[in-house]
Amino acid sequence: MKLPSAKTLPDIYLPQPATLKEKQQLTPHETFFRFEMDGEVRLAYKPGQFMEISMPGIGECPISITSAPSVGGDSGFELVVRNVGNVTRAIHALQLGERVGVRGPFGTAFPVDGALKGKDLLFICGGIGLVPVRSAINYVLNHRDDYGVVNILLGTRTPEDRLFTDEIYSWKLRDDLLIRETVDVADRSWGADVGVITKLIPRLKLNVLNTQVIICGPPIMYRFVLSELRKLGMAQEQIYLSLERRMKCGVGKCGHCQINGVYACQSGPVFNYADIAELREAI
Amino acid sequence: MTRKLVEPTQLEQWVEELIKAGEVYAPQAKGNQFVFDQLYNSKDLRLDYDVTLLPPKKYFHPPEEVLLEFDRKAMSFTSVFENNPFVLLGVHPYDMAAISQLDKVFSMDNPDRHYLARREVATIVVSDVQQVSKDVFAGCMGQATMEGKSGHDLLITLLEDGRYLVDAVTDKGLVLLGTLDNAPDADKSALEAREQVWANNRKQLRQHELKMAPSELPQLLEKSYDHPVWAEKAELCYSCGSCNLVCPTCYCFDVQDELNWDMTTGQRKRVWDGCMLGEFAAVAGGHNFRSDRAARYRHRYYRKGNYSWHAYGEIACVGCGRCITACTANIANPVEVFNRLLEDE
Repeated sequence: MKLPSAKTLPDIYLPQPATLKEKQQLTPHETFFRFEMDGEVRLAYKPGQFMEISMPGIGECPISITSAPSVGGDSGFELVVRNVGNVTRAIHALQLGERVGVRGPFGTAFPVDGALKGKDLLFICGGIGLVPVRSAINYVLNHRDDYGVVNILLGTRTPEDRLFTDEIYSWKLRDDLLIRETVDVADRSWGADVGVITKLIPRLKLNVLNTQVIICGPPIMYRFVLSELRKLGMAQEQIYLSLERRMKCGVGKCGHCQINGVYACQSGPVFNYADIAELREAI
Repeated sequence: MTRKLVEPTQLEQWVEELIKAGEVYAPQAKGNQFVFDQLYNSKDLRLDYDVTLLPPKKYFHPPEEVLLEFDRKAMSFTSVFENNPFVLLGVHPYDMAAISQLDKVFSMDNPDRHYLARREVATIVVSDVQQVSKDVFAGCMGQATMEGKSGHDLLITLLEDGRYLVDAVTDKGLVLLGTLDNAPDADKSALEAREQVWANNRKQLRQHELKMAPSELPQLLEKSYDHPVWAEKAELCYSCGSCNLVCPTCYCFDVQDELNWDMTTGQRKRVWDGCMLGEFAAVAGGHNFRSDRAARYRHRYYRKGNYSWHAYGEIACVGCGRCITACTANIANPVEVFNRLLEDE
């Protein structure tokens, strides 16, 4: 076997510096960040992809991109980071103007320019599942004429856990999409649905044959949502899911993100359901 | 390419020359076992070793290696590549097969320059097996000899008459021959004697008998996902990762940062990881995507006999038997597991 000459290869583990330009706490645990790449670097990312963020000395972790890409590439990107580990804690402590290392974008994307085009769309997001899906939603809204009816279902544990509340409000004001929200546990301020997100599905008026579904949420959510979609007669091929795994290296080497024989960082995180329905470790 | 018949004294001399010329890593005794280590004296070379504690993959995918240096204040990262030429001497054919598999893994899709930089500067001398280790089953896996295989530069075979057949199969191998080039060419009878060694090794390196062709494994595993053997064996598993640690085809790794005393500069390191360890598939926030011990145990066997086949067309078990020896709970014999699946099919 002829091996590639090492000297001609890029280092797939080498991060590039990026600077924090915007930071906004969204919930007690999640914060919004916008980074700009240093120098003239342009990123060509797609909705659903992720970046590896380095806090040198602490480590690196995969974070979904939440911004929608612009035509011609972007000089920066937006993230929402949940404060759950060493690296994410350090990211939360960043001040404007401070820098991180970034690698990416990595992984597969929601096919906004492919299978989703011209179709009715149903977005189903649980908790921080909205983070990667927001990229697709805003891309669709930026190219609204390319798609049919848009339905968005959002679920969180409590009203306090809701992300992008202002943006969701602005979506609600639009007449070219329908959005429904639910929370597991309501408080006095809550005026919408209460209960699991699956309860919202049977109430939708869908043209099932012409609809494509995009799902992202906590691991437990998928099974129940898929079962509801099956009841509607939705085919596996109409469903796209973004799955979380431990995507340590992002380049299909380290082995941590495997779903059976599939590398989630390479074949995912966005999968067509038909491609993974037989993978026992997937859902 | 070039095949030479070499006297033992001449071979020893040649090894001395190699040591003088640069870094040589080779099997040596450690207590009553063997390890690959840097060779400083040809007298320490033990081509008669049965198996080494760790496979020689460590020279390409080290237990710990620096991927890059960083500076937190400057937010700068600098790649670190190891590219000191070295000779890896005395690799057994099954370990060479494993290195060839890693070559595929680290050069496919997103080529890994750190691995390939080491691989590029290495000259590999394979040595046919002289002593049979207690758990080897490379004969069952088609990995007892180098016949029809590549990846190595030289092949050394101890013939029955006490002489060595040294076979240079690449340009690098030819260069390494050096003074051995003066030795007589191997004649037909020497080649026949080597055939005999190979035939013998194919028979002898079967301390455990796999009751099927390795190529049947992907299909067999396809049908065995819910077999009780996974839970039965895993019941006794300590999740210690010893089987991962000694495996010549395992390549999973973790990445860790280390800060220097100045708290500003440091290194990002790649260290071996193992899919049998409890936290292997755990993500921040607490969810573990393979928390069940039996699922981890099964995952390892599928990575050896099924997933690897689909991903890069190889059975990722070469029959070295190290996992069998290393397992403290005595549950890691792949042959036992695969035969059991076949029986219950």
